[in-house]
Amino acid sequence: MELPNLAPALPELLIVASAIILLLIGVFKKENAGGGITALGIIALALTALLVVSGPSERTETFGGMFVVDGFAVFTKLLVLLASAVTLAMSRHWLRAEGLDHPEYPVLVLFATLGMMLMISANNFMSLYLGLELQSLALYVLAASQRDSGRATEAGLKYFVLGSLASGMLLYGASLVYGFSGTTGFDALAKALANEAPVGVTVGMVFILAGLAFKISAAPFHMWAPDVYEGAPTPVTAFFAVAPKIAAFALLLRVLTGPFGSMVEQWSQVIVFISVASMVVGGFAAIVQTNIKRLMAYSSIGHVGYALIGLAAGGPDGVRAVLIYLAIYLAMNAGAFAVILSMRQKERSLENIDDLAGLSKTHPMMALSLAIFMWSMAGIPPFAGFWSKWMVFSAAIDKGMIALSIIGVLTSVVSAFYYLRIIKVMYFDEPGEGLDRSISAPVGLVMGLATLAVLLFNLVPAGLFSSASAAAASLFGG
Amino acid sequence: MNNWPLLSIVTFLPMLGAFFVLLIRGETAQVARNARYVAMLTSVFTFLISLLIWYNFDTNSADFQMVDQARWLPGYSIVYKMGVDGISLFFVILSTFLTPICILSAWDAIQTRVKEYMIAFLVLETMMVGMFCALDLVLFYTFFEGVLIPMFIIIGVWGGARRVYAAFKFFLYTLLGSVLMLLAVLAMYFDAHTTDIQVLLGHAFPAAMQPWLWLAFFASFAVKVPMWPVHTWLPDAHVEAPTAGSVILAGVLLKMGGYGFLRFSVPMFPLATHDFMPLIFTLSVVAVIYTSLVALVQKDMKKLIAYSSVAHMGFVTIGVFTLQTQGVEGAIFQMLSHGIVSGALFLCVGVIYDRMHTREIARYGGLAQRMPVYAFMFMLFTMASVGLPGTGGFVGEFLVLNGAFQVNSWVAFFAAFGLILGPAYALYLYRRVIFGKLVHEDLKSILDLNAREVFLFVPLVLVVLWMGIYPSSFLTPMHASVAKLINDYQLTKTAAVQAPSAAQ
Repeated sequence: MELPNLAPALPELLIVASAIILLLIGVFKKENAGGGITALGIIALALTALLVVSGPSERTETFGGMFVVDGFAVFTKLLVLLASAVTLAMSRHWLRAEGLDHPEYPVLVLFATLGMMLMISANNFMSLYLGLELQSLALYVLAASQRDSGRATEAGLKYFVLGSLASGMLLYGASLVYGFSGTTGFDALAKALANEAPVGVTVGMVFILAGLAFKISAAPFHMWAPDVYEGAPTPVTAFFAVAPKIAAFALLLRVLTGPFGSMVEQWSQVIVFISVASMVVGGFAAIVQTNIKRLMAYSSIGHVGYALIGLAAGGPDGVRAVLIYLAIYLAMNAGAFAVILSMRQKERSLENIDDLAGLSKTHPMMALSLAIFMWSMAGIPPFAGFWSKWMVFSAAIDKGMIALSIIGVLTSVVSAFYYLRIIKVMYFDEPGEGLDRSISAPVGLVMGLATLAVLLFNLVPAGLFSSASAAAASLFGG
Repeated sequence: MNNWPLLSIVTFLPMLGAFFVLLIRGETAQVARNARYVAMLTSVFTFLISLLIWYNFDTNSADFQMVDQARWLPGYSIVYKMGVDGISLFFVILSTFLTPICILSAWDAIQTRVKEYMIAFLVLETMMVGMFCALDLVLFYTFFEGVLIPMFIIIGVWGGARRVYAAFKFFLYTLLGSVLMLLAVLAMYFDAHTTDIQVLLGHAFPAAMQPWLWLAFFASFAVKVPMWPVHTWLPDAHVEAPTAGSVILAGVLLKMGGYGFLRFSVPMFPLATHDFMPLIFTLSVVAVIYTSLVALVQKDMKKLIAYSSVAHMGFVTIGVFTLQTQGVEGAIFQMLSHGIVSGALFLCVGVIYDRMHTREIARYGGLAQRMPVYAFMFMLFTMASVGLPGTGGFVGEFLVLNGAFQVNSWVAFFAAFGLILGPAYALYLYRRVIFGKLVHEDLKSILDLNAREVFLFVPLVLVVLWMGIYPSSFLTPMHASVAKLINDYQLTKTAAVQAPSAAQ
């Protein structure tokens, strides 16, 4: 028997190997070895990123066409790896303070990351499902990793039950598509559906969309997000908010532009609907939140809505807009969660928005950073978030989607209200008891780098734009 | 010297100053003192450099001058491009002129978080100057929205009792208008394939698109001006903002709307401008009469001046849309003089507010006895506000009415009511505050202007008189650009009238 070409999958193999080795070390040491496992995990992610960059950037298939590497995969994998490494770096201080510094945590993050990378490279519904489930199972455990907390257990259970339902829908949809077209490979499907798609395939596609919409927490499949975000330990929430979303978005982009590329008319209506629903839910529901993690959940639902505008517009420009949106979203969210992770008082973690009162007096730099992230998320120039909004609306206006764009900008004004509310609490209100002064070095580093990225992106936007362009073009065989 | 990127220097120098202020460390009192000096030095220096722009300006040319250009987003044909013409020149100088005055006015009045205050004002200056210089739509939008950030902080942190409400109202109202403009900018980009303002000025947008684009820009600029009925954020923002915040708000931020109409709406969408002219005239006339009447019954000094601003800006929008030399030049002149005069009036209110901590008119009276110098200054600016010949206010209103009369005599007739109502509320305010008997006990020990405050008002007095006595120094540089604006508009209109008849 001939071995398949392993070269394109080297990054994934490295992650598997390092996750298993770290697991073994953890088993024998029974502790995090002074952060050693976390540090090794970050190093493994960095090496993986190197392998991703040095790997093939031309479209390469392996494992009998189940696994594909192209410019798009490289771009999104780098985003995912960066997001995972950043969360790992930020987590340890918080976890140790809460007595959760187990070696399983970095190992689970690595396994989840592996799942995400498989999702990104999936070129077949089988490999798609395997990657998705590997990711999801690791995430379910992570959500419930605070074993003696009722809230965290509830969050983990809720996530598991609803997530399994979504996976089931996705699997059911994939089986319908298989039944009506006779294949699960993306390339074969694209050929089979090029002229005419049977109704069964359309139904199957809608099920797949529903399953994926759940994974990116788009409305109306968003109900789990606020509860899980609130219940899960904060570093896990920070992880949930970025990396899995990027991976699921990559999957969505590949599935809709690849096998279902010829069915634009059918899926774009669905995408427009969930985009509008997400923006509206994200905008209005966040107004009444008092818990900052819940608020971030609704904020992420809203952002998913905006990113979906780019997908609805479709084409290389739309995909590029989504990729740029995700990259900037990564920087803003990592920074915002760095601040949230630093919200501690007398060694307890705080989660209420009101706990930030007067932060600009007690922690001026932290307040300035969070204010910049909030303005950026609201899409106010000159911060990076403006460009992500600019890109998606530009893609939509180019395709003549005026109504969608108008709804989008109007909800962005609504969401500006709650982002401003956080700034108001930090700047206009008098400080209460105040937060602890000490910020762990990695968290401070992430906060600083993210602030600089969001602040200075305006000066050198060209790099991200051109690499996202190339990534988007590779998805369309360019 | 001529090869220096003068406009970029003027724009980003305050930002550099803000960065230095940010770096100041040490004891609170020491930090406050250093922050004040660094901010003052930066803004004065910026003002002096901005005078070089005026000095180097070629008054015979209608084109953009001192253009700086740099690559920004190559794939998107979005560039970094700055330049001034006769329309924007004086707005730049107005911004750099008012900022040091604002910083000086806050010297004693602001005692909390001085460092942040100075940073906010310097960043605000960068945004304002950049907005008037920007020659790329995206760059313009960046600065236009960027203004909101420091202003939100200024109102919210150093404002009065209802500052949170006012700050949110200000921010969200303006944002709501601008996001629609953003979509219009994108639509324009896909029609013209560039966001370079110079190119767009020569681009003919399809007639079917123009009304929509015009309305989207109108949504943004009408809120900024502000025009009736979307003016309600202004009285709140003015009343709650600290004195210097009100000065900048009235002095420069309101002008962004008028400037936007002149830079974008009129030259880029001439056909829509022609169609929507009656709308503008109606709203402006209503603003002039209605808000003047509202101003008459105000009990709060700042609110009264805020409403008077809306009325004065009504004249500006009338002037802009007369599309006729006197009208347009009058509108620009009115914006400049209103920028100086209303800023000065807010400073006048600030002076007595710092002493008595109230803005209620009824709490004052008979100040002339204790504060003769103050009474003189206040009178001068009140007279300038009502348009007394010899002050800047007269020239603008006269030219606007002159222009309006040639276009539509009814508009001129109704707008002229503003000239009657204006003195009514302004003089009534002046009488209640300055004249009469000194009955309130606590006023009997009030002190006249100190040296710093006199120093604050002197440049404003000089400029107001200069504008009134020799307006040519300000009008001459405008001529060429305004003539080009009107000429282009008339040409397009004539072409549009001829096109259907030629097709038949």
